[in-house]
Amino acid sequence: MFKTLLYVIWDGFLNLASHISGECPNQCALGYSQVSALFGSVLHVTAFKAAVLIQRWYRRYVARLEMRRRCTWRIFQSIEYSCEQDQIKLHNFFSYLMDHFTPSSSKERDFISRMLTEEESYKDTELEKLCDYQSVEVPDSYVGPHLSFPLLPDHATALVEAFKQKQQLHAHYVLKLLHETRRHLMQLPNISYVSTCYSEEITICGDLHGRLDDLFLIFYKNGLPSPEKSYVFNGDFVDRGKQSIEILIILFAFLLVYPKEVHLNRGNHEDHMVNLRYGFTKEVMQKYKVHGKKILKMLQNVFCWLPLATLIDQKVLVLHGGVSDATDLELLAKIERHKFVSVLRGKKRKEKSRPMESKVTNGESLPRSSSFPGSCFHPGFANAASTSSRTELSQWVRQSVQEELEKCRRQVGFRETQGDEDLTCVSSVTMTELELESCGTSESSHEEWKQIVDILWSDPVPQEGCQMNTVRGGGCYFGPDVTEKILQKHSLQFLIRSHECKQEGYEFCHNRKVLTIFSASNYYEVGSNRGAYVKLGPDLIPHFVQYQANKTAHTLTMRQRISRVEESAFRALREKLFAHTSDLICRFKVYDRDDTGNITLSDWATAVESVLHLGLPWRMLRPQLVRSTAAGMLEYKSWLDDLAVEQRSKEHIQSSLLEIIYRNRSNLETIFRIIDSDHSGLISFEEFHHTWRLFSSHMNIELTDDGISDLARSIDFNKDGNIDFNEFLEAFRLIEQSPGDDKTVALTTPHCRDGS
Amino acid sequence: MRYCLYDLVPFEQRKKVKRKDKSFHLSFPKKERDPQTKRSDIQKKITDAFEVFDHECNKTVDVREIGTIIRSLGCCPSEGELHDMLAEVSSLPFVIFSSILKFTKALIFSLLCRRPEYRPIPEDVLLRAFEVLDVNKCGHLTKEELVKYMTEEGEPFTQEEMEEMLSAAVDPETNTVRYKDYITMMVVDEN
Repeated sequence: MFKTLLYVIWDGFLNLASHISGECPNQCALGYSQVSALFGSVLHVTAFKAAVLIQRWYRRYVARLEMRRRCTWRIFQSIEYSCEQDQIKLHNFFSYLMDHFTPSSSKERDFISRMLTEEESYKDTELEKLCDYQSVEVPDSYVGPHLSFPLLPDHATALVEAFKQKQQLHAHYVLKLLHETRRHLMQLPNISYVSTCYSEEITICGDLHGRLDDLFLIFYKNGLPSPEKSYVFNGDFVDRGKQSIEILIILFAFLLVYPKEVHLNRGNHEDHMVNLRYGFTKEVMQKYKVHGKKILKMLQNVFCWLPLATLIDQKVLVLHGGVSDATDLELLAKIERHKFVSVLRGKKRKEKSRPMESKVTNGESLPRSSSFPGSCFHPGFANAASTSSRTELSQWVRQSVQEELEKCRRQVGFRETQGDEDLTCVSSVTMTELELESCGTSESSHEEWKQIVDILWSDPVPQEGCQMNTVRGGGCYFGPDVTEKILQKHSLQFLIRSHECKQEGYEFCHNRKVLTIFSASNYYEVGSNRGAYVKLGPDLIPHFVQYQANKTAHTLTMRQRISRVEESAFRALREKLFAHTSDLICRFKVYDRDDTGNITLSDWATAVESVLHLGLPWRMLRPQLVRSTAAGMLEYKSWLDDLAVEQRSKEHIQSSLLEIIYRNRSNLETIFRIIDSDHSGLISFEEFHHTWRLFSSHMNIELTDDGISDLARSIDFNKDGNIDFNEFLEAFRLIEQSPGDDKTVALTTPHCRDGS
Repeated sequence: MRYCLYDLVPFEQRKKVKRKDKSFHLSFPKKERDPQTKRSDIQKKITDAFEVFDHECNKTVDVREIGTIIRSLGCCPSEGELHDMLAEVSSLPFVIFSSILKFTKALIFSLLCRRPEYRPIPEDVLLRAFEVLDVNKCGHLTKEELVKYMTEEGEPFTQEEMEEMLSAAVDPETNTVRYKDYITMMVVDEN
C-alpha cells in the first residue's frame, strides 16, 4: 500500500513538473530503496512546487481584482466629472435665456423670472422678518431635542444623541440656531487663525457630504469638540448624502458652544445653486415640509458668511478647493465674503463681470424691462462699442432706472440696499447703470469673485502651470509650481484641501506640499473608499486616521467588496450608454458597413469613446459590458437592445425621447426645482410645456408638441393640471439597491449618476 | 444570363446592396481577422491596461505595479520571473511605459501566446497542487497548514496576502480550507 501511495505521489509530482517545465515526464523505474530515500526530499520539493503554483495563481487573481477595482474607480470618477459638465450646460442654458429670450407674455415673464431666482444678502432685521422663528410654534407632541440660547455643551451633546436616535430637530429651533450661527459668523474674519499652542492637536476633517455616520465615527474615534479638542471642518458638509441638515445642525451647535475650538470653512457645496442639483434642497423640503423654504432662505445667508480659509500657526493653509496663480491671501482677507451668496451666478454672467445679481421676482418690475430694448438683458451691453454711445445710453438708462427704483421701493417696501456703492443692486436695471458708471469697480469685484471661485473649486494636477478647470466649470487646475509660489509668497509649509474623493481618504501630491483629505467613506458605493481625518500637533506633522463607516463593508471580503462597487459602477455606465443609443448605433454603422450587427473590439472601443467622451479603458471593461462571439466580434445590436430592456421604461414613449430624458435628467431636475419656487414638488402643465420647449430649443433637440403631450400623459397628474415632477423624475430612475441592503430593492436617489 | 463570381456565393450569404449607380455590391462572408490586426488588438489592450495605472496621466507607471499589470492581462509569472523581467527594464522607481512598452509588448505578447507556463493555470492543475499539500488526503487543509505552506514554502506570501486569502478560503464553521470548493468559487468569480 505504501508503494502505491508513493507511486501516486510520484505520479502527481511528475504531472506537476510537466506543467511547470513543459517537458514530457520521464518514465523511469525507480528502485524501492531509492524512492524511500528520495521520499523526504521529493515531498519537500513537491510541496515547494505546489506552493509556488498556488501562489502564482493567487497573485494573478489578486492582480486582476486590483485592475477591476481601478477600472471601477475610473468609471465613478469620469461619470462624476461628466455630471459636472451638465452643470456647465445648465448655466449656458441660463445665459442663453438671458441673451435671446424676450418674454412675450406676462406668464412667460413670470416663468423666466422664477427661473432666475433672487438672492440677496439681507440685513438682520429683514431676515428676521422673513425667516422668523417666533411664529413657528413647537407643538406639545414634539419629542425631539429642545434648544435654548445661548447654547451649552449639553445641548450639543444632546443633539448628537438625538440624531443617533433618528429624531429630527424642530424647524423653530433650526431657524433660531441658524440665526445665532449667522450672528456669530458675521464676526469672523475671512481667514481664521488657529494656533496649536492652545490645544494639543488640531483635527482637520474633509468633505462629509451629508454622511452622518461618518461624523459619528469621527467623534467616536477622536472625541467630541471641546476646549482640549480643536476641529477644522473643511467644507462640503451637505449634498449627496441623506443627512446634510443634521450635520449642519451639529456643526453649527458646536461652533456656537466652542467658538475658539471649532472652525468651519466654506466649500463649493455651501451654495444654494449647487444644492438645487445635488440634493440638499430636496432633503430640506422633504424633512421640513412647511418651513423648509424659510430654512433654505436662511441657509443662503448663513453659507455666505462662512469663512473662506483657516491658517494654522501661520504655516498650514486649510481651504476647500485649492489655489490658483492669482490667489492672494491679503486680498482674500479684505473681500466682503457675504456678498457672494452663490459664486455660480457670477460665472454664468461672466461677460458682464458681475459677481452677484438679483432679479426682482416681483412680476411688476419686469414689465418695465421688457419695454427696454432687449439689450438690457444683453450681457454684451456693458462692453458696447464706443464710450460715447455708452454715456448717452447711460444717461437715458439712469433716468429710467431712477424711476424704476422708486416704483420698486414703494411697492416692495423692505428692499434696502446694503449701502455699498459698488456691489448692491436691487434690479438688473440698476446693475446695468452701475456697471456703466463704474467699470473700474466692476473689474475689482470680478477679481474678488475669481479669488473665491479659485479657492473653492480648484484641483491640483501633476502638470505645471495653471489652466482653467473646464471639467468643473470654475476654478482652475493648479500645478506644483503654483503651489510652490503660494507657499513661498506667504511663508507656508503646506496646503490642506478637500474637494476630491480619494480611495484611502487622503492623498499627498505636489511633492507632499498639498494634502487632500476626504472624510466621506463609501462615497460612491458601499466599500468604494475609506474616509480619513488628519491630526496636526505643534510639530505640524500630519497623522492620519482612516475609517469606513459601514458594518457590512467590514464583513465582506475584498473580492465581495470590489464586486459590489463594480456592479454599481457598471450599472451607472450602462445607463449612460443607453442614453446615447442612437449616437452609438450611428457610430457603429460606420464601422459595420455591411450591417452584419457585428463589430471588432477595437472599433467598438473607439466608437464608444468617441460618443461618451469618458476617457475609460474600454477594452478592459469590455467583458463586463458586452459578450463577444466565438470569432471575437461583438454583437452590438443585440447588446443595445438588451440595454434598453434593462432600463425601466414606459413603453408608449418613443425611445428617442427616453434617451433625451435620461441624458438631461439632472439638468431637467434642477430646472424644475428652480421653477417650483414654493418647493411644493408640483409645477403646472403649462410650465412643464414651457420648460421643455425652452430646453429643447436650446439643446437643439427635436421635440414635437405631440411628444411632449405623450410624455405628460404618461405621468399621473391631478386634474387641476399640476404635475408632480418628483414622480416624473422617479419614473426615469433605475431601480437600485440602497447601500446597506443586500436583497431589498428600493428607489433611491443615485449618488453618483447624475450628481443628485 | 451571365455567370459571374457572385454565383459562386451560396445563396444565403448573398447580400445585395443597391447603390446609386444601381450596380450590385458583392458581399462575401467576413474573413478571419488577419494576424496583424490581432497583434495590434493585443497591443492596444496592453496599452489600456498600463493607462489604468498611469495615475498622473503622463505615460509613466510605478515600477512596483508592473507585476499587477502583467498579471491582470492574464499572465502568471512567478515573483522570481517578474523580478528578472523588471531588472532588465529599469532601475528607476517609475517606468515610462511608452518607451518600455516596445520591450514589454513583445514580452507580454510572447507571454500571452507562446510560453505555456505563463498561461493561466488550469483548474485541475490547481486542484492537484492543493492535493499535494493535503498530505493526509482528507479533502481539506487546516488553516494552520495553509498558512505554513503559503508563508514558508515557495515564494512566501506577505501577511496581508495571507490574511486576504484566509478570509475567503477558510470555512468559518469548520475552520478548514475546503480547497475544492474554494477553487470552484474563485474560478467562477473570474469568469
